[in-house]
Amino acid sequence: MIRRRWTRSRLAEAVAKGLMIASFVVVTGSLGLILWTVIVRGLPALTWDMISQSPKGGYYMGKAGGVLNAIIGSLYLAGGGTLLALIVGLPMALYLETYLGDSEWGRYVRLSLDVLWGIPSIVYGAFGFTLMLAIGLRASLLAGIIVLALLELPIMVRAMDEVIRLMPLDLEQAALALGSTKLEVALRVVTRQMLPGIVTAILLGFGRGIGDAASVLFTAGYTDRIPTSLLRPTASLPLAVFFQLATPYPAVQERGYASALILTIIVLIISLGSRLISGRLNRYTIK
Amino acid sequence: MGDQEKAFGIKGLDKREDRPKGRPSVAVRLKQDQNARRAFSIIAVLPVFLIAIITVALVVRAWPIIGTHTLKDTVFGVVWKPEQGSFGFWPFITGTAWVTAVAMLLAILPCLLVSLYLSEYAHSAMRSAAKPVLDLLAAIPPVVYGVWGLLAIVPFVQNTLEPFSKRWLKGIPILAVNQPTGFGILAGGIVLAVMVAPFIISVLYEIFSTVPDDLRHASLAVGATRWQTIRNVVIPKVLPGIVAGIVLGASRALGETIAVLMVVGNVVKVPTSVFDAAYPLPALIANNYGDMMSIPLYDAALLGAALVLLVVILIFNVISTLVLQRLLGRRWT
Repeated sequence: MIRRRWTRSRLAEAVAKGLMIASFVVVTGSLGLILWTVIVRGLPALTWDMISQSPKGGYYMGKAGGVLNAIIGSLYLAGGGTLLALIVGLPMALYLETYLGDSEWGRYVRLSLDVLWGIPSIVYGAFGFTLMLAIGLRASLLAGIIVLALLELPIMVRAMDEVIRLMPLDLEQAALALGSTKLEVALRVVTRQMLPGIVTAILLGFGRGIGDAASVLFTAGYTDRIPTSLLRPTASLPLAVFFQLATPYPAVQERGYASALILTIIVLIISLGSRLISGRLNRYTIK
Repeated sequence: MGDQEKAFGIKGLDKREDRPKGRPSVAVRLKQDQNARRAFSIIAVLPVFLIAIITVALVVRAWPIIGTHTLKDTVFGVVWKPEQGSFGFWPFITGTAWVTAVAMLLAILPCLLVSLYLSEYAHSAMRSAAKPVLDLLAAIPPVVYGVWGLLAIVPFVQNTLEPFSKRWLKGIPILAVNQPTGFGILAGGIVLAVMVAPFIISVLYEIFSTVPDDLRHASLAVGATRWQTIRNVVIPKVLPGIVAGIVLGASRALGETIAVLMVVGNVVKVPTSVFDAAYPLPALIANNYGDMMSIPLYDAALLGAALVLLVVILIFNVISTLVLQRLLGRRWT
């Protein structure tokens, strides 16, 4: 057996590895810390009324009510935005793969998607607002949905594109060799193969949409009622958290923490659910 | 279409009797393919078009302020008094820069180390355990980060870091404690650092995965330790990618609104210390958009702020994405 000695390089190795593990613990720990903070402060104020009622008169001064309006509003907003983004995004992802491939244009489109992904939500919000002014739309569920769709589109297309990329090339070539047109390959082969990717993309987009505050701030407005039409303004959970924390009343702020906990739980369910579902669906794809 | 029909005799195929009932003919299928190609291609131009129209819309709406004020008055102006018609963005631009710089300073080293750990050291079980953690961290909404900042980071800065700095680090201007509230650049920077960490880590991890194993094996085979391999082989090989990943992370940090807004203090002033309050551009837009209509030029100024943000982020993004695209390559290259 060779005796190990502490040479300089071995010391550097140990120090580097130690630092890496320490950083890993810090990053993982910060997730724990965030969840712990939100749970500890949010749970005491989380009552059934919070989830099942809309704000009553004087809610923001500490009177009775809940944030049902915001929960429903957020589900509407994110659901609508995701649906719209999927309608546009799915053909886009298919076209990118089947027709454009790695051509010059494909690279431009991918580049612009990446760039769109990087544009902050506040800029989408400001852009959405100018668009609304231009076409005479007031702050409403519809406007919020459109802006969220813009925000979610690049993420969803990217997620789908990533999955299509992993698809074996043979599969596509086999279908083409049998005389399928590219459209048929896209609809019958690629779409089936990318089903886990589509689900992941939907949940990823939904999660981003439901958590975003800056884009809906000017476009969806805020109201204590549950929206009954696309043209009515709507509340959203992130803004509910934000507005409740902005009041000077501790009781209302507590409810803000509880609302943050509700939002966190929704997002966690989506994140874990997407992992589960796509794992399950992945079994049915050809690798 | 016509030429194709002639060349392949598709018309003839159409009349064949052995085509299964109810299936469209080849000519119809080719037609469908052509139409789909056309329809899809319109959709695919959408992203490019969207970037252009967002930029144009902001330029048009910000034009009143660009047209009437000089660059010196707006971008480099320090006076922000909308009622009197002076719109100096400098306090906000410097505020954004400070918060982003602090966040990146805090985030870069840990992110680099974590991504190296995951790509070079960790077992595959560890890797698959780390992924959900990073995904969750990325999935937590900005406003929840803001709540965490409010409840945990601001008190931490106020009760621990500010007294520490007052006591031990006196005389260093950028660490001076002028108003010990806890709200300020450092709190914003810490929250932001945690927010961008999962993004930077996943980009860097992807970059490190592009280094061929042969290079690592060659280095290890001549007796280098793993750390020496990382330092002398892996990192030099992908250095441009690392820089690009960090720039991309910084551009994420630049535009973050709600989480930063909640902890950064929002005072219109050019900051001089990390404990100072600041007022970043996104916070400016978010806080004032509601009541801007009553004051002339106010909305133009706010959209000008959005434009400044957009232009900086576009530049950051395009350059770093080009570098990354080249590095990460594509399936057929």
